Amino acid sequence: MILVVDMNWKKDSLGYYEFVLPIVTIAKTQEECIVKHFFEVTNQNLSQCDSIILSGTALKDTATLSQPEKFMWLKETEKPVLGICAGMETIGATFGMRLIRCLEIGMTQINMLKENPLFSRDFKAYSLHSCCVEPSEDFYVWAKSTKCVQIIKHKNKPTYGALFHPEVRNPEIIKRFILLNKS
Amino acid sequence: MRLGVLFSGGKDSTLALHYAAEREDVVCLITIISKNKESFMYHTPNIEISSLQAEALGLPQVRRTTEGKKEEELSDLEDAIAEAGGKFQIEGVVTGAVESVYQAERVQRICNHLGLWCFNPLWKHEQKALLEELLEKRFEVIISGVFAYPLDEKWLGKQIDTKLIDRLVDLQQKYGLSPAGEGGEVETTVLDAPLFKKKIEVLDYSVEFKGNSGVFKIKQARLISK
Repeated sequence: MILVVDMNWKKDSLGYYEFVLPIVTIAKTQEECIVKHFFEVTNQNLSQCDSIILSGTALKDTATLSQPEKFMWLKETEKPVLGICAGMETIGATFGMRLIRCLEIGMTQINMLKENPLFSRDFKAYSLHSCCVEPSEDFYVWAKSTKCVQIIKHKNKPTYGALFHPEVRNPEIIKRFILLNKS
Repeated sequence: MRLGVLFSGGKDSTLALHYAAEREDVVCLITIISKNKESFMYHTPNIEISSLQAEALGLPQVRRTTEGKKEEELSDLEDAIAEAGGKFQIEGVVTGAVESVYQAERVQRICNHLGLWCFNPLWKHEQKALLEELLEKRFEVIISGVFAYPLDEKWLGKQIDTKLIDRLVDLQQKYGLSPAGEGGEVETTVLDAPLFKKKIEVLDYSVEFKGNSGVFKIKQARLISK
C-alpha cells in the first residue's frame, strides 16, 4: 500500500485536486493507495504502508516548511519516501539543508548527472517552485536544471526528492519509484 | 480565502468555480473577451453570454477585451486580474485548466507576479470522468464549437448527456480526439449549473460551419426560473 501525504496548507483544500489527486491516479495503477493530510499521519499509517509519496502544493503554500515538528518521522522511517516539490523541500528542511529562493514555472530541461533506477536520460518536466534545496553531503544529486538541483537521493536511506512535478508529464518516474520498492 | 475565477462560461471554468465555491469564497469572475477566434488562451464562442451567466450566479464580473495576439493577451489578463485584486481584494485565482501546460504556466506566472495564489482544481483529471461529473452535478451544457474532424454541424447545440459522452469517447478511440475537448476540439457553453440561481434559455441562435469547424452562436438569450 502507498501512503500519499497531502502537503497542502489544510485538509480538503482546493490544492488537493491539483497536487494530490493526480499522484493518486498514477499510483493506483500500480498499488492500493491511502491519502492522509500531513497533520494526521500516524505511526500506524507509516508502519502499514510499503512506500510514501509527499505531494507538492500551490506556489504560495509554505505551510509544511513552518511546521518541521510534523515531519520528524521522515528521519526515522525506513520506508521508501518520494518527496515531490514541496515534499522535496520539506525533506530538505528536515535533513538540515538550506532552502534558497529559486523560481521555475513551466516545462524545464532536467539533466541527468548520475545513472539511477528512476530515469535513464535527460528529459523535460513541469516545474512550479519558488525555492530549491542546497543538498547536504548525505544526499546524492541525480539531476539538475540550469538553475538548481532537481532530484536527490539519500546515500543510506530510500529517501528521494524530485523538485519538478512528475505527475504532470513524467508519470513513469512515480511508477518506477513504486515498482522499485515493490521488488 | 477570497478568490476570483477565470471564467469563460464553458464547462471547465464553471466546474472549477463549483469546486472553488465549495471550499473558499468566490467573490468575482474574471473574463477575457478575445477578438482572436483562435486564441491559445481563451475559450471564444458565446463569451458574451458570460455576463448573463455571471448574473445567474449572482457574481460581479471583471471583463477585458483583448486583440488576442499571442503574448499581448497575457498582459491584458494580468491587467484584469490586477483589477479584480483592487476591486474585490482577491487573494487568489482559480482556472479550469485540465491538461494545458501552456495555459497553466502563464496564469501561474501572472499570479506569482501579482502575489496571488493560483488553483487549478481540474488539473490532470480524467476527461471522461470530468464529463460524467457534469451530469452527476446536473450541469446543463451544450456544444458551442467544434474544431476537428469528424465533428460536424450535427454536434453544434447538442446537450452533453450520457449518449454524447459515449460518442465522444468512441471518437477518442478512433481518431484520438480528446473527449473533453482539451485539444480545443470542442468548446461548450453552460446553460445551467448547481450554483446558478436562474438558468439560461436560448431564444435565438445561428449555426456557422465551414471546413472542419463551426460554432453554435447564441444570438439572444434570457434568464428564467429553474
